[in-house]
Amino acid sequence: MQKVLHINPDKCTGCMQCEMACSFENYGTFATAKSRIKVFEFHHTGKKVPYTCTQCDEAWCQHACPVEAITVDKATGAKVVNEATCVGCKVCTIACPFGTINYVVETGKVQKCDLCGGAPACAEACPTGAITFIDANWTGLGKMAQWADKLGNQPSAV
Amino acid sequence: MSWAGKILRVNLTAGTVKSEPLNMGWAHDYLGSRGLGTKYLVEEVAATVDPLSEANKIIWATGPLTGTPASTGGRYTVITKGPLTGAIACSNSGGYWGAEFKMAGWDMVIFEGKSAKPVYLYVNDDVAELRDAAHLWGKSVWETEEIIKKGLQDPLTRVSSIGKAGENQVLFAAVVNDLHRAAGRSGVGAVMGSKNLKAIAVRGTKGVGNIRDPKAFMEAVKAGKKVLAENGVTGTGLPAMGTQVLMSVINEVGALPTRNHRDNQFEGAKDIGAEAMATPRKTDGKKHLVTNQACFGCTIACGRISKMDEGHFTIVNKPQYRGASGGLEYEAAWSLGAANGVNDLEALQYANLLCNEEGIDPISFGATVGAVMELYDMGVLTKEQIGIEANFGSAQALAFLAEETIYGRGFGKEIGQGSKRLTAKYGHPELSMSSKGQEFPAYDGRAIQGIGLAYATSNRGGCHLRGYTIASEVLGIPVKTDPLESEGKPDLVKAFQDATAAFDSSGLCIFTTFAWGLQDLSPQMQGACDERYTIEELAKIGERIWNMEREFNNRAGFTSKDDSLPARLTSVEGACKTGPAKGKFNELAKMLPKYYEVRGWDSEGRPTAATKARLGL
Repeated sequence: MQKVLHINPDKCTGCMQCEMACSFENYGTFATAKSRIKVFEFHHTGKKVPYTCTQCDEAWCQHACPVEAITVDKATGAKVVNEATCVGCKVCTIACPFGTINYVVETGKVQKCDLCGGAPACAEACPTGAITFIDANWTGLGKMAQWADKLGNQPSAV
Repeated sequence: MSWAGKILRVNLTAGTVKSEPLNMGWAHDYLGSRGLGTKYLVEEVAATVDPLSEANKIIWATGPLTGTPASTGGRYTVITKGPLTGAIACSNSGGYWGAEFKMAGWDMVIFEGKSAKPVYLYVNDDVAELRDAAHLWGKSVWETEEIIKKGLQDPLTRVSSIGKAGENQVLFAAVVNDLHRAAGRSGVGAVMGSKNLKAIAVRGTKGVGNIRDPKAFMEAVKAGKKVLAENGVTGTGLPAMGTQVLMSVINEVGALPTRNHRDNQFEGAKDIGAEAMATPRKTDGKKHLVTNQACFGCTIACGRISKMDEGHFTIVNKPQYRGASGGLEYEAAWSLGAANGVNDLEALQYANLLCNEEGIDPISFGATVGAVMELYDMGVLTKEQIGIEANFGSAQALAFLAEETIYGRGFGKEIGQGSKRLTAKYGHPELSMSSKGQEFPAYDGRAIQGIGLAYATSNRGGCHLRGYTIASEVLGIPVKTDPLESEGKPDLVKAFQDATAAFDSSGLCIFTTFAWGLQDLSPQMQGACDERYTIEELAKIGERIWNMEREFNNRAGFTSKDDSLPARLTSVEGACKTGPAKGKFNELAKMLPKYYEVRGWDSEGRPTAATKARLGL
């Protein structure tokens, strides 16, 4: 089964555990500045929204890359940056409609979410279930269950 | 060893910013944040200095667990000699600023002297420089954050700043970060203002990386989070209802100080607590509470984010208060509400927003308004003097006085001096509900014996966060003790005070202790820093910190006479009128000598030579 990161902003509290987990996984340090998932806070509504790469099938970043540094991890479906090949031209950062692939000055390469090879640290660290790693074909399952519950538990019409 | 190992020293008089290595010996003995920052302060500042003079210093300090995924690991403490009390001031804040500063590679920053003109400190990893703040002076906390971020074109910058109240040196001015998290008490914001220091803006990209044993640390962190998640208070009560979960509980035990402690239960408690926040308003059908919010690293998420009723009289034609923002937390709901007899939830949130916007402590502000309302009720103060009819229960008076105080206008200037000075000026010092000049928070020392002793002996003046015996006396954590019984409370207060000092100094939030004890902190500190941090060692460090603070206060001129409560709390005349504690008053005279004894202090409240030797002081 292929899995994807699934984000439910309503459950996010803004604790940044995901950002720390991401930076620790990839850099061995707790540095939200290095995280590939970012939590956005919208003060006037109180909303907190974690956001990261959705691993597009037809990935703009992949198509834009002139040196084919972005490849598909067949096991996870993740679009992965091959750092040895990346030349830091940043064209992918322009091509991505979502802003989720970014240049890293310190390495001279781009970075994006690679699903941690199939066990995303952010989902593991999230204390509220705002970030989960679930069946790619059934990201709507939770919502369906909620509605099913609502319908199924209504008093019978008869 | 998860200290950054470096501190910043800023001389505001000379305009210099220097890096120096952290004193690791002190770090080992005092951990960080509250303990370590205080160690630096007491070594460098004479206890007798005028708090608002150039000779005072002010320190922002993180702990070894700040900026790590240890749950609630995002805190910092502002330490200075406090202008409200003249005692050690040490105010702790959450939000995101502390972690950002630590991730920039610094454990603390010490400010000395006084700048000739308004400045702010800008820190971007290794770069740290003083910048002109002429364009920020006179701006609110909210405006300051926005102007700095826009000016830098960096929305990821975190800002810790003062508003107009700090600039005007309101004696209970707060330091505020991330719009609505505050180092709230004891007037640390006034000291910042006295130095012409407007803000510290930080961007940290280095991270916290030098964990001693990452595997052991992550395991301990995970175990700790599980304990929090499975605990009824930290896993369910606080995320759902916030600290406001306490309003009805405390009122029921007859310990909700009302109308400047004239009463001990508030008939309007149901209108201003958690249930009221979660119930759709009659006026617009919307709920006050929008959502909860965590501080950095926190898996509890007790913070409240609310939206006011746009039609409420306080915000008509004031669109800036219509968005979601922080509050109400229990302490503010009590101090702005019950302490004044006001049961208008929207008015309380309006006053709370003003406290955040311009940076004042809602506890001291609200409690001082309570004293003003009592003086008005007695005919000592008049409408002409105050500027409004200030009857107990008047939401109009509360809103008006909040505006006057934050903007430094009219009678607000007198409120800005706190209740001790204000009541003394008008001939009624007995009406200041404070200890060492700092107003009591939301628990009645008559109905809950231990907390009364904790207020009287708190090193920063009246405060619940120095020894939260409510946990034991009301909530039964870790064991239930009888709130009406004074026997055994000296030992209980000491244990809470010492453990709290250790938690505060680690960089974590004291709210973890609803579920955690030192046995939960120890493995996290051991994994991050050093194996020496056993439960026993952490308790000893907490006790060492407590005694260090006490000695500073003693040198500043405090004596056992200052370990006191107002007569209203300790006399039969002031006894609780209603509820389970009816007829009770605080038995401080009975508890205090015993407290000194368990502390290893002499009869004047001074640590004995043997105690100091035992603690390595």
